[in-house]
Amino acid sequence: MKIHEYQAKQILSEYNVPVQRGYVVSNQHDISETIQKVQNDFNSESVVVKAQIHAGGRGKGGGVKFCPNYKNALEASQSILGMNLITPQTGKDGKIVNQIFITEAIDIDKELYFALMFDRSKNADVFIVSTEGGMDIEEVAEKFPEKIVKAWISGETKPLRDAINKIIESLELSSIKNAYTFFENIYQCYNQNDCSLLEINPLVITKDEKLIALDAKVDIDSNALYRQEKISSFHDKTEEDPLELQASEFGLNYIKLDGNVGCMVNGAGLAMATMDIIKHCGGEPANFLDVGGAANVDTIKNGFKIILSDPNVKSILINIFGGIVRCDRVANGVIQAIKELNLDVGVVVRLQGTNADLARKILDESDIKLESAETIEEAAKKAVAMVS
Amino acid sequence: MSILLKKETSILVQGITGSEGLFHTEQMIDYGSNILCGVTPGKGGQHATKNNLPVFNSIEDAKKKFKIDASIIFVPPRFAANAILEAIEQKISLIVCISEGIPVRDMKKVKIALDASSSILIGPNCPGLITAEESKMGITPGFICKKGSIGILSKSGTLTYEAIDQIVNIGYGISTAVGIGGDPIIGSSMIDILKHFENDSETEAVVLIGEIGGNMENEAAKWIKNNFSKPVVSFIAGQTAPKGKRMGHAGAIISEGSETAEAKIKTLKECGISVSKTVSEIGITMKKLLGEK
Repeated sequence: MKIHEYQAKQILSEYNVPVQRGYVVSNQHDISETIQKVQNDFNSESVVVKAQIHAGGRGKGGGVKFCPNYKNALEASQSILGMNLITPQTGKDGKIVNQIFITEAIDIDKELYFALMFDRSKNADVFIVSTEGGMDIEEVAEKFPEKIVKAWISGETKPLRDAINKIIESLELSSIKNAYTFFENIYQCYNQNDCSLLEINPLVITKDEKLIALDAKVDIDSNALYRQEKISSFHDKTEEDPLELQASEFGLNYIKLDGNVGCMVNGAGLAMATMDIIKHCGGEPANFLDVGGAANVDTIKNGFKIILSDPNVKSILINIFGGIVRCDRVANGVIQAIKELNLDVGVVVRLQGTNADLARKILDESDIKLESAETIEEAAKKAVAMVS
Repeated sequence: MSILLKKETSILVQGITGSEGLFHTEQMIDYGSNILCGVTPGKGGQHATKNNLPVFNSIEDAKKKFKIDASIIFVPPRFAANAILEAIEQKISLIVCISEGIPVRDMKKVKIALDASSSILIGPNCPGLITAEESKMGITPGFICKKGSIGILSKSGTLTYEAIDQIVNIGYGISTAVGIGGDPIIGSSMIDILKHFENDSETEAVVLIGEIGGNMENEAAKWIKNNFSKPVVSFIAGQTAPKGKRMGHAGAIISEGSETAEAKIKTLKECGISVSKTVSEIGITMKKLLGEK
């Protein structure tokens, strides 16, 4: 789960990690008062106005503005709050800015890059740092790969100490007081909050030689939310695709894509493979949808509802491998769902596994307009033919 | 022969009294798995399944009565890591964890304990393994398997079933099918399982099924090139998956270039491994490959 910058900074502050401070605003009426409060509380005539959306590259899209005085800050805040922000990471439609974070301005001496995440190849957490802060790490990796330093942490005591010492050395921070504690606290914050990513870009050294997190991007392991009550409350539903959100409320795993051939599959791997074969047969998949192991009338009905909420969908391929769930039951579920929903797009059904022959007989003999198929390829060809 | 699991392997079920655990334990018994007992903390002394298998509070208690070779775990995700740790502590040789949704932080602890032990862990978030016509530990539908000489190794559940089905329909059979799971941290990697297939005289060829996310398939491809003597047919799911989106499995997410399906397919081909173009062609690709020999 993603959270906003101001929320990430709130968590970091709890671990005594110095951050660029500020207040969040979601209402035009509160802007003026909040700017003054930031100016007074943090003793900073200049402020920075930052759009709070779950996507990077905010500055490039005009979602971050440095404001030398109150008047600039007021103008910037009024225009950013509510704007449709398009950044390299939002996609072409952009995202509406529902909240802005108004912060103190910091006298920066140097900008660094810092990230902490789990490295799957090494089965260990890794610090990734660079002296080239402020730009995308992908860009740094391309232009100055030698300036990216990694330090793996494969245990909590000595390996952590060694890793922190390594990044302090490579970032040339040995003269900075409390640098060790700074990184140690970040590690505790990452670990105790079940973060899957904690990125600070830029991490800055101020003119008076202090380390401060100017930005913060934190992702949380969704499987651990049950024990992270506070972070769970940070969930911003307006950041999610409404269809994906609705699907998750039905207990379905759905991701919207740009094509017109919908698909409904049991199992994530088979669902991806089904999307791939639709493309291979000359079509474009409209979605990823894993209905899970149950595949009963209700899940199939909900699956249809979600897929059909996307107006691009012109045909639907159902691909179920019946292991524990019997194919004849799935077939009856499909027929019942189609009847109840009055479907008017073409449907191709491919059922394999337990009682597959019986299922095909049920489908072929029903008075519902649908096609059955034996292999996935045959099903994909039929579903693609329906849209062309 | 086969790998890891044989007819006589004695099995304990952790979480035997839960609805999933109970249902699949009966399915496993029907398939012929040698299931001796179960564990559910607080339910020691009870009996479960139609065979009235004894239930213990802990593996330690169960071991006082039975010799246990393997344990299969059907425990809710928030307790599953502790269940694995208990099995490791009790020196169970083969541990299979079906549970989906275990936090990564918990699995880091498991991995450290596992590396310091001699236990083998399959999963979590996997369909388990099945040795055709002998035994199964997991949720793979048994009836689709016929005994034979093809090993299956896969990150995904239903793709494992699909591969088994195609291999059987084309006239071959299965030695052992292993679903290793699609989480970021899993007990056994593709290379770990390939080593077992290499040493198994019954397995003549292997189907390797991967997906987007992580670099395990790339590492396996390079390892196969230098160390694996048997024919391999591979398939990678997710060629149409968008970057940065989690496709169902917790680990199925592209975060760098080498983790895409295209990059993995390229690496596999460069290492001389057959790649099935679509999911429909896994069986036929194997037939062509073995026919050439």
